[in-house]
Amino acid sequence: MSFVKLSASALAIAAVSATTAAARDNVQVAGSSTVLPYASIVAELFGENTDFPTPVVESGGSSAGLKRFCEGVGENTIDVANASRAIREKEIKACAENGVTDIMEVRIGYDGIVFASQQSGPAFTAFQPADIYNAIGSKVMKDGALVDNSFNSWAEFNGDLPDVEIAMFIPGTKHGTREVFEDKVLLAGCEATGAMEAMVAGGMSEDDAEDACLDVRTDGKSVDIDGDYTETLARIDTNPNGIGVFGLAFYENNTDKLKVATMGGIAPSTETIASGEYPVSRPLFFYVKKAHIGVIPGLKEYAQFFVADEIAGGSGPLANYGLVADPELAKTQDAIANEETMGSGS
Amino acid sequence: MTDASMQSPETGRHTVSLTEGDARTRKRAAAEKRFRAYGIIAIATGLFFLVVLFASILSQGIPAFTRTVVSVEFTLTEPQQEEAESTLFKTKAYSDLFIAELNKELAESGINVDFDEAAIERLLGKIGGTIRTFYSENPDKLGEPIQFDLAASSRVDGYFKGRVSRDTLQDSRFLQKSDLDLVDALKEAGIIKQAFNWPFITGADSGVDNPGGAGIGASVIGSFFMMLVVLALSLPIGVAASIYLEEFAPQNRFTDLIEVNISNLAAVPSIVFGILGLAVFIQFMHLPQSAPLVGGLVLTLMTLPTIIISTRASLKAVPPSIRDAALGVGASKMQAVFHHVLPLAAPGILTGTIIGLAQALGETAPLLLIGMVGFVARGYPDGFLAGFTEPNSAMPAQIYTWAARADVGFYEKAWGGIIILLIFLLTMNIIAIILRRRFERRW
Repeated sequence: MSFVKLSASALAIAAVSATTAAARDNVQVAGSSTVLPYASIVAELFGENTDFPTPVVESGGSSAGLKRFCEGVGENTIDVANASRAIREKEIKACAENGVTDIMEVRIGYDGIVFASQQSGPAFTAFQPADIYNAIGSKVMKDGALVDNSFNSWAEFNGDLPDVEIAMFIPGTKHGTREVFEDKVLLAGCEATGAMEAMVAGGMSEDDAEDACLDVRTDGKSVDIDGDYTETLARIDTNPNGIGVFGLAFYENNTDKLKVATMGGIAPSTETIASGEYPVSRPLFFYVKKAHIGVIPGLKEYAQFFVADEIAGGSGPLANYGLVADPELAKTQDAIANEETMGSGS
Repeated sequence: MTDASMQSPETGRHTVSLTEGDARTRKRAAAEKRFRAYGIIAIATGLFFLVVLFASILSQGIPAFTRTVVSVEFTLTEPQQEEAESTLFKTKAYSDLFIAELNKELAESGINVDFDEAAIERLLGKIGGTIRTFYSENPDKLGEPIQFDLAASSRVDGYFKGRVSRDTLQDSRFLQKSDLDLVDALKEAGIIKQAFNWPFITGADSGVDNPGGAGIGASVIGSFFMMLVVLALSLPIGVAASIYLEEFAPQNRFTDLIEVNISNLAAVPSIVFGILGLAVFIQFMHLPQSAPLVGGLVLTLMTLPTIIISTRASLKAVPPSIRDAALGVGASKMQAVFHHVLPLAAPGILTGTIIGLAQALGETAPLLLIGMVGFVARGYPDGFLAGFTEPNSAMPAQIYTWAARADVGFYEKAWGGIIILLIFLLTMNIIAIILRRRFERRW
């Protein structure tokens, strides 16, 4: 009897000490490098304003973050994935296969994508999606026929643009920003120039034509930047003709070096993005593992703190840094309070 | 003598003077001179680049060690503190109280430029955290006037350091041209001034909107704990492995295979060790993420081959006569190795270890995958053991993170971080040199 008691209590002590030894007391976040600045602001404030330790926020891109998010449930996996795009069906499935079933989706606000060039460079002040597509699409309309892109200068297809060599620095494929850029600029430009119509007329299916529209030229006029916006800025700094793709917040922090272009006649600003006038914007998200709420201290509080009016609202520090506040923030706050998961209701 | 030297070389060697060289001798001498010149040019080129590198690091990094502060007296009463503590965004409440107080004081002091609370807010960095921490640590100071040195905003700091000027500043919600008049007036009044940047040396990372509060201290501690792990594991394992391989192991195919693999391992890109670390230490062994312990383990794997190779080389360099003499007077193999060979090889082993550690210190790639690169602002660990397991960053990781941020203030901090990293490295090297001098023996 006493032996059983002894071994049972020994086991219990071992189990308790093992869990305390491994227990993680901080929230672990990873994902989009676009959301990282906002998440780091919130993480610092969360550490300063609550009794919980400061969360750790890693970067690495939306896809990489969601992949780690979907690795499983447990203390050695991350609690929150930041993403600059919505989670894909495929990723939800991958999550479910690893036991990550209850996922809470939190939309924190909107981010604008701007096109900017050197402050003292040529006058790139107005673009249409068609201009960007003509500059870097792999197949473009020239004299009424669909040909491989051989444009060297912006003025060749739009007389209003400067006659300088094309040099675009666009986000690499691992960035969530690339998807928005493809959807809202390349695809729109492809349709506007008539290239897509020509592709379909040439015997392509609609889907194939859409994919073909997203191909960019590979002769060096368009450069994929897989690093951060600072890398794009460094490229623009050394190339007066270069056009870079930046987030609105990054541009606003570097207005003394960069000159922003209008897109479709609308200048990017938090107001035009909030109203939807500026065409190239996207929502930013983070995803929370519901199974970790109650296990990792401060996880729910972190999510609630993030979307509180004082933080993510129109006059909070996130908006001050460049985030476009979400008008439906109250709904998001309710959803977190009720721990609503994806697919469990609105 | 002059006759001989005037004769052409074709007439025969015997007639050539010893003091005046013939064409061939001159040619050889010229070749040697040329070779020496090449050598000097090579060294000069190296030195030139070193000087350029140091000059650019110092010129860009030195500004990180000064900061612009707003230095004013401020009194917080207990009811004010209670009210601030009752809100969700407490640090903002503290910051608002401070701004209101400063606004009132400035209005009374009769500064003859236009300003309002919004302008004062633009001048100040994120100060709420500093004030709240001070009062929660010193509750007895409530109600007393306290002299605060609070960080100015990034652009005001840039204005003092010449990064921002009236010509280049674009009006924005961060700073407006008219605010610079207020800055000049406050500078005259001694309220805004430059001071040594202690928070940079002692502090932890801060959010992207708060470059004034960012410090490298916490990540220095992170690097230190990683180096402890690397040293404690890789030195004994590496030395034991190389002594066995060099002195005891039979020469056969199996040991050959091990040897080849060690050399190969030394050439494996460091990111591979990062992936290994993620799979083995975090996913399989369930060690904590972002912990210096895991970082140290990963870097140990990376450092081991370097240490083994250099230790074996220095063991090989000990003359066989030493071993033979020891064995000749009746020492056992082990006594010969530990009493005679190892002490003589120690300086070489130390050098190899320090080179290995220095390499590990500057490594970022393997840390990417185990969660040490990113926003890790946990601050100092509570206690020695917690230093191994609590999330922390490392110096190179911190520098990399800062270099990628939008605010130029962080770029300057990244250069300052490089200086600190170099100082850390230099200290390590000096310790190694001192130890080497002490152990060095000649035969």
